Amino acid sequence: MTTLDSSKEIQKNNSEVNETHEDFRMFGLITFLIADGMTFAGFFAAYLTYKAVNPLPDGAIYELELPIPTFNTILLLVSSATFHKAGKALLKDKNSESQKWLFFTAFLGIIFLICQLFEYFHLPFGLTDNLFASTFYALTGFHGLHVTLGTLMILIITWQSRIKGGRLTSQNMFPLEAVELYWHFVDGIWVILFIILYLL
Amino acid sequence: MTISIDPQKTNNESLQPKGWLRYFSFSLDHKVIGIQYLVCGFLFYLIGGTLASAIRIELASPMSDFMPRDVYNQVLTLHGTIMIFLWIVPVVNGAFGNYLIPFYVGARDMAFPRLNAVAFWLIPPSGLMLVASYFVEGAAQAGWTAYPPLSITTPQSGQIIWIMSVLLLGGSSIFGGINFIATIIKLRRPGLKLMRLPMYCWAMLGTSLLVVLSTPVLAGTLILLSFDIIANTGFFNPVLGGNVVVYQHLFWFYSHPAVYIMVLPAFGLVSEILPVHARKPLFGYTTMVFSIMGIVVLGLVVWAHHMFTSGTPPWMRLFFTIATAFIAVPTGIKFFNWVATLWGGKISINSAMLFSCGFIINFVFGGITGVALAQVPFDIHVHDTYFVVAHFHYIVYGGTVFIIFSSIYHWFPKVTGKMLNEKLGILHFAITFIGFNLCFAPQHWLGLNGMPRRVAEYDPQFQFVNQISSLGALLMAISTIPFLINVFLSVRNGKDAGDNPWNALTPEWLTSSPPPVENWEGEAPLVEEPYGYGKEISERK
Repeated sequence: MTTLDSSKEIQKNNSEVNETHEDFRMFGLITFLIADGMTFAGFFAAYLTYKAVNPLPDGAIYELELPIPTFNTILLLVSSATFHKAGKALLKDKNSESQKWLFFTAFLGIIFLICQLFEYFHLPFGLTDNLFASTFYALTGFHGLHVTLGTLMILIITWQSRIKGGRLTSQNMFPLEAVELYWHFVDGIWVILFIILYLL
Repeated sequence: MTISIDPQKTNNESLQPKGWLRYFSFSLDHKVIGIQYLVCGFLFYLIGGTLASAIRIELASPMSDFMPRDVYNQVLTLHGTIMIFLWIVPVVNGAFGNYLIPFYVGARDMAFPRLNAVAFWLIPPSGLMLVASYFVEGAAQAGWTAYPPLSITTPQSGQIIWIMSVLLLGGSSIFGGINFIATIIKLRRPGLKLMRLPMYCWAMLGTSLLVVLSTPVLAGTLILLSFDIIANTGFFNPVLGGNVVVYQHLFWFYSHPAVYIMVLPAFGLVSEILPVHARKPLFGYTTMVFSIMGIVVLGLVVWAHHMFTSGTPPWMRLFFTIATAFIAVPTGIKFFNWVATLWGGKISINSAMLFSCGFIINFVFGGITGVALAQVPFDIHVHDTYFVVAHFHYIVYGGTVFIIFSSIYHWFPKVTGKMLNEKLGILHFAITFIGFNLCFAPQHWLGLNGMPRRVAEYDPQFQFVNQISSLGALLMAISTIPFLINVFLSVRNGKDAGDNPWNALTPEWLTSSPPPVENWEGEAPLVEEPYGYGKEISERK
């Protein structure tokens, strides 16, 4: 990430107010992601408390099927790697290669969402069936919302890099780096969610 | 990588209306946004104050004869919500933070000017929505805490509007917090060391950390609560297997730090005001900084002291009692530092100073009752009584609102270039201080004798003391009048202030009043010692 460059450059044209300063948009994004992570932390805390304090009656315990979420975990981890590839390619000014990688990442995101919907339709419980069902849908749904937003943002920056003289070039990597950080964040949250919800 | 900052471009100055009209338009100038926060917050203060007067009129007699009981509950809920989310939090953070922080770090604007404008413009619509819910289909009536199952079983459209409004305001304050952290850490002018920042910057840094860490948890909780109301899920509904105590934990994880989100900026502001009017350096700068950070850390781990009667296990009570009592240490350090700053100073008695001293006095009372409430046996005795009401009004009104007024008197010359009338200001202070103490001091007695809060009817034996309290509330309502007259008269034909009427040393006074759009002609001044009062200029480093 080249944007977290600690060098301070202040230039001043004689009397006119025209200054440049260090780019701290990435700093702002990280702060925002900490805040977003706290929302998930609140959800996780609620879920774990319910698990510890409100045990469900015997008949209401559902065994979650593991294959789909495991496949989804692999999808997201692979997509983190492909996103990284896209960044590397853009840095070397290989725009079309970078676009291919970006597009592939978005494709993996869409597959993830389709798998999640497939899982939803084949689960034996609905949103309001019991407390576990409600927390399950709240957690995975809120994460799915993040994946949806991330996929949309990837498609937007892919489109941006297709425009000649557009906003995404090797000189202006910020949109790609920002979305990449967001995507890694969402992946990381999924791994925690997978462990807590499916494995624990 | 660097980005270029050109205020002329980012502000679109040629497109902005000139004169006072620019304060009512979409602007990216941090000074304009700060004033917008203040004026908007003050309008909501008037609404919330009217509701408070209605509550005190109702409580002047034991029966519920002024308004029906459910209307009383709605008024109570709206009063609490408006005062916290639309008056104190936006004003002490948004208004003064936006106006002062860029000056203090030597910048021409906040780190993210557009995000800043978005953060402000979320407030008026969500506030109006909240107030309008009263007229549409009954406002929320579960109190500002919206505890389930009450908030799930009472009429629901008002509660949903309440949730949406608080979510938007939470978003606004997260955006503001991100902006403040980036501005203070990253946008400092070269050569300005962290340990030379004015104290308000440190207070805002601590506050913003609390905002970023705790507000999202409230947002998540309210989303779950709205699912309970709309989709009939059972997160917090015991009938469906949910757990109401989980709501309380998550809610207070935000709302206890919210107390510090309101009070820490006030600590910062009073640390700016006292040295100027006492002509002495701020006593113990380093301890002040560390006590702020201590309050931030401790503030995040004491939330369950609001829940001693909610069936918390004994080990938890013990931990939260000790942690809460420990907050008295950094707060005490700050208190003694302010007193030491005043000690032997050349104190000028003016409205800003009076309000600050009023703050110190009231805050000691609020703090001492706070330590008392942290003790489990005492808390169980007075839980949900007027003792608690008195305690937190001493903190949030006697502390924060006094400092808001003090700051208005202190920075009004900078913002408008005119002085406020001191006689009207002192009258304002006298009525507010007497009214405030008359209103809330007797409520300690009411609470100790068992008068419950949040109810419209009470035992007739409490009538006399309640009437004294209502008389105090009337005085507080009246105290707004000299203030408003003062502001309107002074804006029109107040005495010209000059650039630096208080001979202060902090950087915002080193530019013209009102300041130009770019804050400074030429380079921002580097203030080596923002509190170097009482020294010759050559002695200052």
